[in-house]
Amino acid sequence: MSPYVSLTPLDLLAAATLILVNAAISLTFRLGLERTLLLTSARMVVQLALIGLVLKWIFAQTSPLWTIALASIMVAAAGYEAISRQERRIRGWLAYGLGSGTLLLVGTFATLFAVGAVISPDPWFAPRYVLPILGMVLGNSLTGIALALDTLTANAARDRAAIEGRLALGQPRLMALRETTRRALKTGTTPILNAMAASGVVSLPGMMTGQILAGVDPVEATKYQILIMFLIAGSTGLGVLIATFGGALLITDERHRLRLDRLATKEKSPAG
Amino acid sequence: MLRVEQLKIPGLPSLTFEVGAGSCLAIEGPSGIGKTRLLRAIADLDDAPGQCFLDGAERREMPAWQWRRQVRFAAAEPGWWGETARHSINETAGDEARIEKMTLDLGLDPSLLDSPITQLSTGERLRLALVRALADQPRVILLDEPTGALDKASAALAEELIRYHILAGRTVVLVSHDSGQIDRLADLRLQLADPARALS
Repeated sequence: MSPYVSLTPLDLLAAATLILVNAAISLTFRLGLERTLLLTSARMVVQLALIGLVLKWIFAQTSPLWTIALASIMVAAAGYEAISRQERRIRGWLAYGLGSGTLLLVGTFATLFAVGAVISPDPWFAPRYVLPILGMVLGNSLTGIALALDTLTANAARDRAAIEGRLALGQPRLMALRETTRRALKTGTTPILNAMAASGVVSLPGMMTGQILAGVDPVEATKYQILIMFLIAGSTGLGVLIATFGGALLITDERHRLRLDRLATKEKSPAG
Repeated sequence: MLRVEQLKIPGLPSLTFEVGAGSCLAIEGPSGIGKTRLLRAIADLDDAPGQCFLDGAERREMPAWQWRRQVRFAAAEPGWWGETARHSINETAGDEARIEKMTLDLGLDPSLLDSPITQLSTGERLRLALVRALADQPRVILLDEPTGALDKASAALAEELIRYHILAGRTVVLVSHDSGQIDRLADLRLQLADPARALS
């Protein structure tokens, strides 16, 4: 048996007091984030507790249908998160379609690649493998996609005069947006590059830490982590690429006009 | 020949007019009436119902970028990209010699083409933007306050360059607050008025 130490609710409560540090910072510097802090902490606990129960049940079923059902919910939720957190989000369902569609594509690609070509669990749709891998891929791709779209829209708004200057000279829309898309691609892929560079030296990645805490041999945990890192890097890169150019098409139209009117500014702003 | 038919700009009645080659139409009217929006609509930078024809070809019959290579909008506050003016001017199909000649014609040292954009004055940037707009010799030139931020001497040089292009057979649509400039350059005028305000 593995030397695995079960946590009691009291242990978790002790850990929760650490969030008071953040609350103190917010109060001291009047960031007005106390409410958000409390809500997101509570939200995290509820979400994780629920997913723990759901996963336990789904793992017990080993049914492809339930696996796909939960995977679809994860993709849709990730797509919504990627778009709705934007400072200037692209209006309309097409933006959510772009977010969810991109994540569906890269999530499916990375997960099938992992279970099909590398891990080969039996059965191949074993939720114990499929869902955590999908989750990690989605979580990281979401960050990259959200950053890329945020950079794209912020720079398009800031450089409006230059972009319209290029359009006026007769450049097609993707050429007029070349600097903008370049910045978005760069910003979107930076976190995963940083994570790869820092992993093992500065940070022990979350999944590997979890496995080690749960009693897995560190070398085995490392192998899985390397696999996951490559999966995440590949899917984030692909996701950022699709989202950036999809986003560039959404903020322009077929007559090669810059359509900043399709951007909505975030209503919610931190109180100050 | 530029022909505009039933072009609808918000707040204005439908506009129909024609400007021939070698001719200059001045658009007049109070601030905020929609002069800039009219120029942008002709360049297809803003969507507007109605038709714009260049020698019988409607703008939607060709890709927008192809239309804008012939129907050029020069903004009152031009945008810049890249380190130097030459960087963005070189993205047009204009040839080097003509670009330097026009720069000189506007009273600017051609070395300014290679200076960092951020070190140029507003007036220098406005004149270099005029060079950029004219570099590849578009058929129709839509000028929005081309001399707005210029002193008298520079404005006269800019007018001279515009007049040269009119004489060379280009079609010019000019928005200007300088009535003297309109008298000197334009042979056609279009007065814009708000129909709602006229009634009250």
